[in-house]
Amino acid sequence: MEERILRAHGIGGGMTQDLIAGVFVEAFDDPTLRLLEDSAVLPVEGSRLAFTTDSFVVSPLFFNGGNIGKLAVCGTVNDLAVMGAVPRYLTASFILEEGLEIATLKEVVSSMAAAAKEAGVRIVAGDTKVVERGSADGVFINTTGIGDVSEGVNISATNAKTGDKVILSGAIGNHSIAVLSQREGLRFSSEIASDCAPLNGLVAEMMEQGRGIHCMRDVTRGGLATVLNEIASSSERGIMINEESIPVDGNVFAACEMLGLDPLYMANEGKLVAIVAPEDADAVLAAMRANPYGRDAAIIGEVVDNPVGQVRMNTNIAGQRIVNTHAGEELPRIC
Amino acid sequence: MRYVSEFRDSTVASKLVERINALSPVKANLMEVCGSHTMAIARSGIKGLLPEGVSLVSGPGCPVCVTPTRTVDEAVELARTEGVILTTFGDMIRVPGTSSSLQHEKAAGRDIRVVYSTLDALRIAEENPDRTVVFLAVGFETTSPSIACSVQLAEKKGLDNFLILPAHKVIPPAMEALVACDELKLDGFICPGHVSTIIGSRPYEFIARDHNIPCVITGFEPLDILQGVEMLLKQVRDRKAAVEIQYTRSVRPEGNELAQKRLYEVFEVGDSTWRGIGTIPSSGLDLREEYEKYDATRRFDIKVPESKDPPGCRCGDVLRGIMSPGQCGLFGKTCTPEHPVGPCMVSSEGSCAAAHEYGV
Repeated sequence: MEERILRAHGIGGGMTQDLIAGVFVEAFDDPTLRLLEDSAVLPVEGSRLAFTTDSFVVSPLFFNGGNIGKLAVCGTVNDLAVMGAVPRYLTASFILEEGLEIATLKEVVSSMAAAAKEAGVRIVAGDTKVVERGSADGVFINTTGIGDVSEGVNISATNAKTGDKVILSGAIGNHSIAVLSQREGLRFSSEIASDCAPLNGLVAEMMEQGRGIHCMRDVTRGGLATVLNEIASSSERGIMINEESIPVDGNVFAACEMLGLDPLYMANEGKLVAIVAPEDADAVLAAMRANPYGRDAAIIGEVVDNPVGQVRMNTNIAGQRIVNTHAGEELPRIC
Repeated sequence: MRYVSEFRDSTVASKLVERINALSPVKANLMEVCGSHTMAIARSGIKGLLPEGVSLVSGPGCPVCVTPTRTVDEAVELARTEGVILTTFGDMIRVPGTSSSLQHEKAAGRDIRVVYSTLDALRIAEENPDRTVVFLAVGFETTSPSIACSVQLAEKKGLDNFLILPAHKVIPPAMEALVACDELKLDGFICPGHVSTIIGSRPYEFIARDHNIPCVITGFEPLDILQGVEMLLKQVRDRKAAVEIQYTRSVRPEGNELAQKRLYEVFEVGDSTWRGIGTIPSSGLDLREEYEKYDATRRFDIKVPESKDPPGCRCGDVLRGIMSPGQCGLFGKTCTPEHPVGPCMVSSEGSCAAAHEYGV
């Protein structure tokens, strides 16, 4: 374990996992927390609640396709939705830097309201703290969310079965590139917009297709590669994906080539990956494609027996390689 | 994306693989000198497509990897110096020094900034006239001309708070050092595409002529590499040794003469220490006398204790191509991308990182 927090601890890759396991999970020692799902699913007198929290520190606060407020609502809504929960209530806590313009704050908050309205969730409690100039970067937001999980729904990163199809809801990398392109020192002109969106509507339509959805994750920090590795290791299976079938927008691809980044590791804020029983995969895929947030959904691979815990990829030129979890790149705060 | 997607076409790739297979039973030990080639080969899974007798060995062309521990220690010491802003390309920040790394110094509060271009470092110097900005100048002929330009620009602007910590290297002498060592039996070099865009094909001619080893300057896309391998195997089959250019869309025999001119206006060739190889004559770049004032080692009296490479780390042997990453006792155990022991696991061009990341 490192002696100090490093930037790489915040990237969502291997060092983030070490930090979570070595500090938080060890100290809080709770069987539900230990599962490290996107939300905790908890029994509450006859029903089950999904419960999750997330903090948002993106810089810059505003980017093409969204801002920190929209992100704060969508991020928590999506963490609930991918556990099969219907998101109901959010709390919103703000850490504000002295000197922040009220107009800026209002713009952020009105985006939160719009996103909450679209997602059908209520923001029912909150908190505000102001810190000295320099102790925060404009505004940091934490949202906590509760949703309910219908009886019989059992979606978990531990549930992938051999032969299941891996479905990705659309093109990856847009959020990272949208934020990066506006970052100081890296400014390049781009029309790439963040994919930031609430996915609970999409998930509801997917779940109408039956009980074949075994796992779901939203593909945020750490990217597709990290999420697939988490599923492979939680489910004690392997995952085989095909490079050619992974959707990446042309301009995102170009930006990644220019910056030497791999879209497989880029953060998204409106994408999910679902592991679906083969007999239900086509119906789930069709339902996804009928929703605007799943228009470009594609089957990108399948769950295999071996090697356990490993993600492998058939490359564009018919070679094969491992897709590992990254240690962490020198990227700025993107969520 | 034009000039990229075409070079990843699966139909053309399978044709090239067929042609390479048709050339066997040619057996060949080919070295890709450049770290970007190592990464591209691993990322597209090329090794698995080649016939059994053809092996690809990684060479010393990862600038982060060949930078000796002492340079990292000096950068750490400079970062600890009052009034200094240390600027660096991203990869160097995680390379372990003898007792610290730039990443750890940054977490401890030193002003260390990752830049994407030396011009950014120059801008930071302009914006902070009361502080000294030092740029950790590692890299090969691909990056050194731009650093030469930034030194000239600093001179033009009268900026005396911009310095470099010079650690540049030039590639052909290192290739000769590898050829001269008996541990390695090489049948061909996949020469670096971007370095050659600057220096052209002529600096490799002595390797083909005097050492009888075929060289093909190759691009970085999967089809480039497959074609480069095919061209080398043909030379091996025909018992030829010439310098050929596969990467014709970027490389000319004479190279980029303007970049070379700028480079040698500011720098002159000197001896340099390479991790794992030792001191190679005429393989580094020193600031010329008229630009010496931009050398951080002259402005500051940098004192570092004797530098030590990490115990058990075999990066040196990996860089010489005599050991594959998986043969190192630390690989994947105590040395991982999360906790790299040696630079070959840190760099995005390092062969250990490629092997760990892509499983080759």
